[in-house]
Amino acid sequence: MTATADAGTATGWGGWFNRSRTIAKPGYSRWMVPPAALCVHLCIGQAYAFSVFNLPMTRLLNGSHQTPADWKLTQLGWIFSLAIFFLGVSSAVFGRWVEEGGPRRAMFTAACCWAGGFLISAFGCYVHVLWIIYIGYGVIGGCGLGIGYISPVSTLIKWFPDRPGMATGMAIMGFGGGAFIASPLSVWLMGKFHTATHVGVAETFIVLGLIYFVFMVIGSIIVRVPPAGWAPEGYVAPAQATRLISKNDVYVYDALKTPQFWLIWWVLCLNVTAGIGVLGQASAMIQEMHHVTPIAAAGFVGLMSLFNMGGRFFWATVSDYLGRRNTYFVFFVLGIVLYSLVPWTGAIGSVALYVLFFLIIISMYGGGFSTVPAYLKDMFGTRYVGAIHGLLLTAWSMAGIFGPVIVNYMRAYNVSHGVPKADAYNTTMYVMAVLLVIGLICNYLVKAVHARYHMKPEGEDRGGDTVVDVGVAD
Amino acid sequence: MADHKEGGTTTLHLVLAWLLVGVPLTLGVLQTLINAMKLFH
Repeated sequence: MTATADAGTATGWGGWFNRSRTIAKPGYSRWMVPPAALCVHLCIGQAYAFSVFNLPMTRLLNGSHQTPADWKLTQLGWIFSLAIFFLGVSSAVFGRWVEEGGPRRAMFTAACCWAGGFLISAFGCYVHVLWIIYIGYGVIGGCGLGIGYISPVSTLIKWFPDRPGMATGMAIMGFGGGAFIASPLSVWLMGKFHTATHVGVAETFIVLGLIYFVFMVIGSIIVRVPPAGWAPEGYVAPAQATRLISKNDVYVYDALKTPQFWLIWWVLCLNVTAGIGVLGQASAMIQEMHHVTPIAAAGFVGLMSLFNMGGRFFWATVSDYLGRRNTYFVFFVLGIVLYSLVPWTGAIGSVALYVLFFLIIISMYGGGFSTVPAYLKDMFGTRYVGAIHGLLLTAWSMAGIFGPVIVNYMRAYNVSHGVPKADAYNTTMYVMAVLLVIGLICNYLVKAVHARYHMKPEGEDRGGDTVVDVGVAD
Repeated sequence: MADHKEGGTTTLHLVLAWLLVGVPLTLGVLQTLINAMKLFH
């Protein structure tokens, strides 16, 4: 059996984090790995629920109402934006380190960053200095998001070579589901710490930070990597690589030189752009297009969140049977049809069809995130899939800017040019459909990676590890 | 890998690990579902 060179000096606490110390012993069940991954993803998924703190944080000084010295909502909006930006940056920068250091080290680091971000932000609330929160939750917490997001991906793929889509889908579903836990928990905690002159945000941050640290550390304790050459019972790897499933690994920075990486980058970017714009404006859109009440609109947003989460598991699992490229083909074709039909639901006044179309669309938005790690594994092999996935997440950061901007500005432009509010989103829907047409073309152009990018056999590769025999029993 | 070898994963380990993540997730999903039902009222 082989492992990386650091295995030989694996002693003390530093040694506990080494990849070699996480190699599974005989009898370890691979079904322990998804809950380990979920321990991390359910915690960092809190990011989607950060908005529950926005209004209370505008009343920190008085507790009951906003004073001129309190922070404005526009200032607070930057906290989430910074966190998502640093998610993309850190996953790209630390991807190779995560891959080579192993999942335990990465998960523990993510736990320290994520919990540390909360504790620093609590201090920022206490002294009422906003830049401390920008650094705490935005920068340090954002790095925890990025490292935590990619930390279990390649481990799951290696444990589930028979169902890589389903395995990564489970973890990435957790990221979508984290907000469901964080939102009511945060509201409940703020209620507990709330007094007539105090909103209880700082105390809530401290409690959340501690809870998340414990959960994420549990994940880092129970996670294991499979021994080299391990395969599930009864699983026989295909003898020959198929046209779109490679048996060869590609070095992380060589992947950047391939057209496949950039085509998949655009595939993800365009799929996310189409979904993220409507996700942010879902409440306003259904109220303006179908005149439903704000309470019903909030219910619609909740339903969309559920389909966003469920779609992550459903579509990634389906991709194990359909193939990754075909799954994205379904996303794009179905998306084009549904986006084109949304204005028609407004014209005939069918709320039911409108809701149905957007639930399918948002499930495919979530599915785009969860299917892409397995797509990368098919293209570039398992060796550096986590690191390559980290680089690809910059597409998410880009889409996070473009999606909402397209929806907001096109609506504003239409309304200012006399278009009734009920019809103001129609052009946007057609633009989204066009973006998906471009995505469809990019996906169609994805072919197998050329052999010149494949890594040489171990010992000759450029991964930076010196491979030694550590004699671990398995 | 078998489930019950010495030092390996027991069924109890598996149940506890899945409960740890499953219970809070299920509670959160149920809460969201209850809120989402307002759409149909």
